[in-house]
Amino acid sequence: MSESGLPGVMAGLVALSLNAYVLFGGADFGGGVWDLLASGPSKARQREVIGHAIGPIWEANHVWLILAIVLTFTCFPPVFARLGIVLHVPLTLMLIGIVLRGSAFTFRAYDDEHDAAQRRWGRIFAVASLLTPLLLGVCIGAVASGRVGPVPARGSFADRFVDPWLTPFSLAVGVLAVAVFAHLAAVFLTLETREPDLEDVFRREGLWSGVTVFLAALVALLLAPSHAPLVGAGLLGSRWALPFHLATGAAAVATLAALWTRHYHLARVTVGALVSLIVWGWAFSQYPYLVPPDLTVASAAAPAVTLRLILIALGLGAALLVPSLHYLFRVFKAEPAGSVRRLPTGGPNA
Amino acid sequence: MPDLLAARSQMAVSLGFHILFAVVGIGMPLLMVIAEQRYRSTGDPICLELAKRWAKGTAILFAVGAVSGTVLSFELGLLWPEFMRLAGPVIGMPFSLEGFAFFIEAIFIGVYLYGWDRIPPRAHVLAGLAVAVSGAASGIFVVTANAWMNSPTGFEMAAGKVTGVDPIAGMLNPMTFQQTLHMTLAAYAATGFAVAGIHAALLLVERHNAFHRRALGIALLVGAPAAVLQPLSGDVSARAVGAWQPAKLAAMESHFETERRAPFTIGGIPDVEARRTRYAIQVPAGLSLLLHHDPDAVVTGLDHFPRRDWPPVTIVHLAFQVMIALGTYLALLSLWIGWRALRRHDPCDSPWMLRAIAVAAPMGFLAIEAGWTVTEVGRQPWVIYGLLRTADAVTPMPGLVVPFVGFTLLYCALGAIVVWMLYRQIIRSPRHSEWSRVYSPREAARV
Repeated sequence: MSESGLPGVMAGLVALSLNAYVLFGGADFGGGVWDLLASGPSKARQREVIGHAIGPIWEANHVWLILAIVLTFTCFPPVFARLGIVLHVPLTLMLIGIVLRGSAFTFRAYDDEHDAAQRRWGRIFAVASLLTPLLLGVCIGAVASGRVGPVPARGSFADRFVDPWLTPFSLAVGVLAVAVFAHLAAVFLTLETREPDLEDVFRREGLWSGVTVFLAALVALLLAPSHAPLVGAGLLGSRWALPFHLATGAAAVATLAALWTRHYHLARVTVGALVSLIVWGWAFSQYPYLVPPDLTVASAAAPAVTLRLILIALGLGAALLVPSLHYLFRVFKAEPAGSVRRLPTGGPNA
Repeated sequence: MPDLLAARSQMAVSLGFHILFAVVGIGMPLLMVIAEQRYRSTGDPICLELAKRWAKGTAILFAVGAVSGTVLSFELGLLWPEFMRLAGPVIGMPFSLEGFAFFIEAIFIGVYLYGWDRIPPRAHVLAGLAVAVSGAASGIFVVTANAWMNSPTGFEMAAGKVTGVDPIAGMLNPMTFQQTLHMTLAAYAATGFAVAGIHAALLLVERHNAFHRRALGIALLVGAPAAVLQPLSGDVSARAVGAWQPAKLAAMESHFETERRAPFTIGGIPDVEARRTRYAIQVPAGLSLLLHHDPDAVVTGLDHFPRRDWPPVTIVHLAFQVMIALGTYLALLSLWIGWRALRRHDPCDSPWMLRAIAVAAPMGFLAIEAGWTVTEVGRQPWVIYGLLRTADAVTPMPGLVVPFVGFTLLYCALGAIVVWMLYRQIIRSPRHSEWSRVYSPREAARV
């Protein structure tokens, strides 16, 4: 591999692990959003399905984020340093959300089945599931807007550490992230139950959240030219812009159509394509910048020897990881669950 | 509170909290797999119940460990961006490998916890084994990165720039073997004795409870051998510290003057201004013997270093004494248990032994906290020993006391909840009348 191509490959792998995190971890957060919004006579059963869908896999899905972070600080150390300084506040809040979501979910699964305890943990889990993706989206929006530059040596705290990320555009991306995660979750959940009434609930939620994704994406796109010129120019003006929007639009419409006609397996594929297209659209629109306005793939890259070794490690790791992940999903996701999947005897609350 | 102190405190709280869960994540799966394997081979229902309860405990603790570990990986950049900018390319390798180990661990813990009825028994035991092995591996990789901070190799540094990066040399730095061995043994000893101690305490109340007896046996099987080996590994570690971080070793031993026939100092309170240690027991030539296997060897003291390069001597010395004392207790207790076991005495039949084990429950964890205090505070004022000062690595963001207080409160609350849940879900012996007949036949017969 040529020395110059290596940083690009590593940046692609960071984007790939973010893609996987959004696809799998995102759906787990989206499940929490639907737990929060659960209503109607089947409320308790909806929450049960969501809990059982997430239970065995959320920790594995979470590791994609760790992988993205580790690859970033190994392969592009100045990027990690910059994000840590400028986005200290939203990243810290996001971490608190991650801690609360994960621990409250586990506490709910293993605490007594008293309603009060279940409600308390359930509420924390659900609220954290909503706020964490919002903050993740805000951070991504801040990077895309090109405001995460070197911190000025002087100025007020707000100027230096709040202004870069508290913008209409970042907030729009935050809302988009929540909508996307919720949409993913609703589509995935249609395949997690065999009860027709629950299937209908998740189908309806999928349709509504699909519309929300469209609206949130539209707002972000309209704000982009003024607030995020680089990404805006990429998304609106570049050569691949039109085909990209066509493909994204097609995936979105196909998902809604598949949901409408109850082709849930198809909807799962198209919604995955939709979400991946959004992630890669963002990545390509700001290429070669990792953190505009100044850190590029080439300027921020670690020495080639490090990148090469990490690439080898990733290859070896993937040889272990891919079969293991395949096994995990085959054991728990191969067949739709029974009416409401009963926990196995060794599981929580057994 | 100055920002540097707040950042260091936040890092200390985060590490001190996470390490407890990380250690349990290494030790607990082993207990769980041993119990399940015993059930599979003997059909003993108590072992099955133990495996399930320990699996529940592992699930709760692993989840908190996973999220607090995520916090740490971000905090490296949130609090120490300059450190990560320099160190990332050199020590990213163990972190990446740790990422994969953690991935495997998270996958198979899901399979294990939720797969009791979904996969064949053999596959289930293997899934548990995969959790145990990858848990140990991820600990080893993370400690490797820490070892590099203590004995940085695999790069050159000039004018704030890192050149000549060799990540393999960074991984195989001179402290890696000693530190990872010491920490892995510590994890097994601490988990084993924590579990053994709890069940020993409960056995003092209900002497014939078969549930607690079986639990105690398995926990000691893991904890005692590790505790016996730990002083040997500690000796190897101390000699490496002496060779590569002489200032840390001098602080550990409160050893102010460079001298021949250096004494080994036990206990005492360092008087840093007067450069001497009060109320200590000193073993003549002990330190020279331990470090160099030669009573006449010269041992570098703190006087060799400029005052501004001294670690906080009192904290490091006292933490080291605490670690040594606790480790010695556990090792001697393990030898006593082993000696009795060789003579086919059940530890459950000796109330004194049960008391000694019950007292040991928190000791492994306290020793680990003390040991990490020695490692981290002892490296100060450096974050990369001899090359980058902690003060130069901290983020420029002001107001760091706010996240420090926030995370401290969050972790205190989480810690309290976890302890409460473990007590309710795992430690309390099964109450069911049916179970009590199985677990304590003698008591049931009396009723």
